[in-house]
Amino acid sequence: MSGLIIGLVAALILVILFMLFRIQALITIAKGGDRPVGTSNKVNGALMLIVPIVLLALVAWYSPIAARNFLPEASSVHGVVTDNLFWVTITVISLMFLITNAGLFWFAYKYQYKEGRQASFFHDNTRLEVFWTIVPAVIMALLVFFGWKAWSDITSEPPKEAMVVEIMGKQFAWQVRYPGVDKQLGSYDFRLIDDVAGNEFGIDFEDKKAEDDFLAREMYLPKGQPVLFKIRARDVLHSVFAPHFRLKMDAVPGMPTQFHFVPTKTTEEMRSQLNNPQFDYEIACTEVCGRGHFAMKFKIVVVEPEEYRKWYAEQPTFLEQNPQFKGKGLSDLRKKNLAKRNAEQMKEQASL
Amino acid sequence: MATEFNLTTHVEVDHQHDHDHEHHEEGFIRKYIFSEDHKMIAKQFLFTGLLWAFLGGAMSVIFRLQLGFPDLELGFLKPILGSWIDETNKLDPNYYLALVTMHGTIMVFFVLTAGLSGTFSNFLIPLQIGARDMASGFMNMLSFWFFFAASLVMFASLFLETGPAMGGWVVYPPLSALPEAVPGSGSGMTYWLISMALFIISTLLGGINYITTVINMRTKGMSFSRLPLTIWAFFLTAIIGLLSFPVLFAAALLLIFDRSFGTSFYLSDIYIGGEALHHQGGSAILYQHLFWFLGHPEVYIVLLPALGITSEIIATNSRKPIFGYRAMIGSMIGIAILSFIVWAHHMFVTGMNPFLGSIFMFLTLIIAVPSAVKAFNYITTLWRGNIIFTPAMLFSIGLVSVFISGGVTGIVLGNNALDIQLHDTYFVVAHFHIVMGSASFFGFMAGVYHWFPKMFGRMMDAKLGYIHFWLTFIGIYLVFFPMHYIGIAGFPRRYYSFTSFQAFNTFADLNMFISVAAILTFTAQAIFAFNFVWSIFRGRKAPLNPWNANTLEWTTPRLPGHGNWPGKIPHVYRWAYDYSKPNADKDGFTDFIPQHIPLSQTPHSNLEYENELMQKQNVTDDLKVNE
Repeated sequence: MSGLIIGLVAALILVILFMLFRIQALITIAKGGDRPVGTSNKVNGALMLIVPIVLLALVAWYSPIAARNFLPEASSVHGVVTDNLFWVTITVISLMFLITNAGLFWFAYKYQYKEGRQASFFHDNTRLEVFWTIVPAVIMALLVFFGWKAWSDITSEPPKEAMVVEIMGKQFAWQVRYPGVDKQLGSYDFRLIDDVAGNEFGIDFEDKKAEDDFLAREMYLPKGQPVLFKIRARDVLHSVFAPHFRLKMDAVPGMPTQFHFVPTKTTEEMRSQLNNPQFDYEIACTEVCGRGHFAMKFKIVVVEPEEYRKWYAEQPTFLEQNPQFKGKGLSDLRKKNLAKRNAEQMKEQASL
Repeated sequence: MATEFNLTTHVEVDHQHDHDHEHHEEGFIRKYIFSEDHKMIAKQFLFTGLLWAFLGGAMSVIFRLQLGFPDLELGFLKPILGSWIDETNKLDPNYYLALVTMHGTIMVFFVLTAGLSGTFSNFLIPLQIGARDMASGFMNMLSFWFFFAASLVMFASLFLETGPAMGGWVVYPPLSALPEAVPGSGSGMTYWLISMALFIISTLLGGINYITTVINMRTKGMSFSRLPLTIWAFFLTAIIGLLSFPVLFAAALLLIFDRSFGTSFYLSDIYIGGEALHHQGGSAILYQHLFWFLGHPEVYIVLLPALGITSEIIATNSRKPIFGYRAMIGSMIGIAILSFIVWAHHMFVTGMNPFLGSIFMFLTLIIAVPSAVKAFNYITTLWRGNIIFTPAMLFSIGLVSVFISGGVTGIVLGNNALDIQLHDTYFVVAHFHIVMGSASFFGFMAGVYHWFPKMFGRMMDAKLGYIHFWLTFIGIYLVFFPMHYIGIAGFPRRYYSFTSFQAFNTFADLNMFISVAAILTFTAQAIFAFNFVWSIFRGRKAPLNPWNANTLEWTTPRLPGHGNWPGKIPHVYRWAYDYSKPNADKDGFTDFIPQHIPLSQTPHSNLEYENELMQKQNVTDDLKVNE
């Protein structure tokens, strides 16, 4: 019933609008046709000033409110650098935006049609063209230079003493592995992955380096020390995004990637600084990966280095928790596969 | 000299041929369906493109409902969406992705490539260069029907049980290659790939035609340095398309192989659905390189025609020559070339070698320079003009505004150090919706309003056009400008909801605001739809040259037949921008001198070099007579 009433009201409104349109059209015809430069031109000309100014006022009013949520507090060394570069760039482009849009709308308003005025036959000026080719080129060159310096630092070789953490993306969760006491991650192979048995990483336990590796439900990181993320995926593309560390890197099946950085604030420090006792560092996924893409959360806890060392030492290794994998690896898998194939061949021959 | 002579005889022959045609009227099917007339094909592209635009827009409204009102019960959409709405009356996350994917694919390829370039390249190239039709009317017809077939396949994929493609419009493998990963990567993805293959064939057939026609079929006197900027834009667009679309075809083909024939071009080391797949040695990044080798030029494929249309409309309605005609051509050529060597800026954080990242940052920021030159030249064209705000002019001015607003944020994203944080956030969404989506859409609308009289012989209602423009202009800024804020706050794109994360737990009010603005902006397009359909049948009859423009299309009859000019094709004696030329009144002209007016008729207003040119021409004409 209510649907019918809504439909009727909507139809009525449309009819009224249509009548208005017809009346307007008839009046125009009665006035002697639609002159292209009548009152409408003046109205449009005025709107060329009014609309941009109103929109700009909206931006000016809202931006400070929105700015509270901008670029969540940078908590890495390079993050401070890129944040500064970001705000410098934003200032430069805001100026460009304001100057050019102001010119556009002001000229549109100022030079609206006037009876008897002749437009200027101004069609070329090499000096002007050169001027506004060079000015943007110089501005770009400067921005590129600083961006390139920052990028080169961020993507440089990771320091040797960096703490290694492996992050693996899968549908739809992140999983994290630490290298254990030897500080070296054991090798892995996707064919060794077995969700049922519990080897979700596909760790090769024939590799001695793997024996002390441990998995973590929350990622602990030491403050003020270089950290190296070793990033991979085991099904589709994912992307590690840790907004507070200004860190993003795709996780690609078959192609390990990496990103190194230095966290600068512990979780506790952030909590008191932001006045938010619930604050936590998070990792999100930023490469569309399917149904659960929007919920791939992993928690990071940044602590003082001593606390980190204590936590690190307390973690039980994967093998301690899953002793059945000890010594199981690629050659074991090969043996199993070979046996399976032989059995199949035997069966085939028998049936022949 | 010899070629020139041949060209004219060729034209005469065509003209004879056309007289024969006038006597026996073409049948309905040849005239309206399998037409070889470029004007009819242009209208076919226009109607199909507009239908897709409304469908693509409606999809965005649905996912904006989800983003702006996450708690809203969407049960009322069940009659349309069926099982895409689950038992709890919520949009299923998989189908959220399907909507996002289809919205992108439809808008980028079907609306802004086929709809915009297909409509106006087809309509304007023969009319503005003075040709009877395209070089190959048959290929032109095929181009539309391949596009139509592509449309049908894509449309059909919406009704599959497993849904259409869901991997985003870029359809990155492995997600798009593995049906286990997302249901849309089953048949939906197969349909998507078939549709795109058909679409690419359509684009290539069209592009070859545009290029051939512009090079070979210009009327006498229409040198490249006298071509209207619209034609320059369509010409360069077609070249870009011809060079880049085959690469997408290759990418799609390899993906088809990986999906259906067990190859491993893009796939390696994958464990999914409880088992390790046999694929090894492929590279998911390879696909991204191939895709963006088209994907980035594609941005200019949709943008350049809009810029060309704008150049024409701004000059005409400012009653001024376009400022820096040669600089405009130069910057378009610059953009066209550079567009091929910036693709990897979409891939800064894919794990690509950081050194490559630096190279692509340099190249990317270079492309800002010709773009800036274009913007400055548009603004200078307005300066000291005598501006008439037709709806087309309003949309053109709007285009320049959004081109600048969206362009400047490209400077942020092109900088790879800054892209780390902003990549795949709403900042990117805001950037390309403003600079590519809105700007091209404004160009599209400007073109429809401006050339509607030539297409249908009737005028659109101007006042409805003004209302449509202002609502759309304000609406587009209200929708996309706030997305910058959300992006700077780090919100990733293609998220079904933001509630899982503390970091993205803000801006619920702003997301609601964007959704409301989007719905209103979309609703405002109904004004256009009404105006468009109404005016085709009941609009005021159009005068021959309603905007007092210089280009050749306005020398044709109100409703040009197949062949465009009933008599001889007019020759061209000047560029297209003799607006408000000093002393034109002494020659009996008002504020415009069309391209087909010989210099000898305008002795008072001719510039010095034009007088010299005229004398030279007289001498050669004399020689010809003597021969």
